[in-house]
Amino acid sequence: METFLNWFPLDLPLIAQNFDRFLVGVRVTLGLTFLSLALGAALAVPLAIARASRHRVLNPLVWTYTYVFRGTPLLVQTYLLYYGAGQFAFIRDSWLWDPVLSQAWWCALIAFTLNTAAYSTELLRGAIVDTPAGEVEAAIATGHSYCGRLRRIILPSAFRRAIPAYSNEVIFMLHGSVVASTITLQDILGVGRWLNGRYYLAYEGLITAAVLYFIIVFAITRVFRWLERRYLRHLERRREPAAAAVAPPMGIK
Amino acid sequence: MIRKTLIAAATLATLATGAFAQDKLRIGVEGAYPPFSFKQADGSLAGFDIDIAMALCAEMKRDCELVEQDWDGMIPALKAKKFDAIVASMSITEERKRQIDFSAKYYKTPARVVAKKDSGLEGTATGLAGKRLGVQRGSTHQCYAEKMFPEAEIVLYGTQEEVFSDLALGRIDAQLSDSLISQESFLSKPEGADFAFLAGDHTDVDCYGEGVGIAVRQGEEELRDAFSAAITAIRDNGTYKTVNDKYFPFDIYGGRPDGM
Repeated sequence: METFLNWFPLDLPLIAQNFDRFLVGVRVTLGLTFLSLALGAALAVPLAIARASRHRVLNPLVWTYTYVFRGTPLLVQTYLLYYGAGQFAFIRDSWLWDPVLSQAWWCALIAFTLNTAAYSTELLRGAIVDTPAGEVEAAIATGHSYCGRLRRIILPSAFRRAIPAYSNEVIFMLHGSVVASTITLQDILGVGRWLNGRYYLAYEGLITAAVLYFIIVFAITRVFRWLERRYLRHLERRREPAAAAVAPPMGIK
Repeated sequence: MIRKTLIAAATLATLATGAFAQDKLRIGVEGAYPPFSFKQADGSLAGFDIDIAMALCAEMKRDCELVEQDWDGMIPALKAKKFDAIVASMSITEERKRQIDFSAKYYKTPARVVAKKDSGLEGTATGLAGKRLGVQRGSTHQCYAEKMFPEAEIVLYGTQEEVFSDLALGRIDAQLSDSLISQESFLSKPEGADFAFLAGDHTDVDCYGEGVGIAVRQGEEELRDAFSAAITAIRDNGTYKTVNDKYFPFDIYGGRPDGM
């Protein structure tokens, strides 16, 4: 073991010593990522409906919002909120400053939420617009109102079809959450950079962080695979049923 | 035959890189640590570190190229040969010496804690307990803060400018950094008007070391000694004083300003 540790290019004992800090970092990362995803998704549903409609005011309004937030980097948005907002005295003196914008965590949460809401809106809009025309026509023919169609036909189907694309958004958001470490939050990368800074190292902190992100992404993809199996069954290509279904081989039930 | 070609190619490569290294000395600088190193309006680099680096190059009769590098990646970049020396106000410490080598010091100033004038804080372990103390990540101040103020909440920043910015906004209660940096780029400016030094110099040798030196990769004694000799030379011939007086009203080589 001793010789292995000497040969190994990373200072494993140092990582082990500080691993509890990394676990706190995991909590911060997961908290920020999933809270902003949840809030963003909640915002995205009404916004996507507005974007998919032909409403003359709402549609361009939401389009402008998603265009601005998808057209600028998350880092810039977060910096503007954290370093930019504080430059204005009227913001510093307002009720927004003390419990909210003076805290790095709130700045990150707000920026992340607005960012993921913009992406999710466009993603869901695509799924809504792509609803097969036949389904909508059938709903109209059976006397469904606009709201009834949305609630019973269009949205349930759109949510299901949006799952694969949304799994990418979840992973992008997790990776995007490293921005939190640039505004002093001790998320996974923040702890990694703390370790590097404290002991003047190059790799240990970053590699530990990379492994932790990798594990989280692995878990996320597993969850989404399960979701897809469950909710997208009707879209799967039919397996060849033929012989196997008619006459199972001996010994196999 | 093939082996001969290979040897010839290897020799050529060695000669080429050797010649290249002799041609141009690449120096890592930070660019975000005024007044030692900062960007001018036109994007060019200026500051005490930059001028000292140029003066040393002239003294050593070497062609130099400045390479900008973020502070927390400075030592890894040196080791990865992105440049050959660091002239970026890097303090000589034992922990860093395990990774890299240092020339003799080219200046040394004490670190001090800055807080709001009416904060009533004390720059001691108990005085800062539970307070948010900002420092630059990967700096000697991070080392010192975690050692001497274990009860404080240490908040880490990528650059010293961000530390000052958040101190002014009240996101942190105090900040620890070089007294000179604080004086020149914060306390003497309008945004630092309501702030002051807390009593006490911080000069712990474990974290702060012997002063600020020029870092080179381990095993490059020749370059290291050339820098040390050049520092002595510019101290003697007055070049150091010219550069020093351009930025500071006192000699920062060993002393410190009165009343600070």
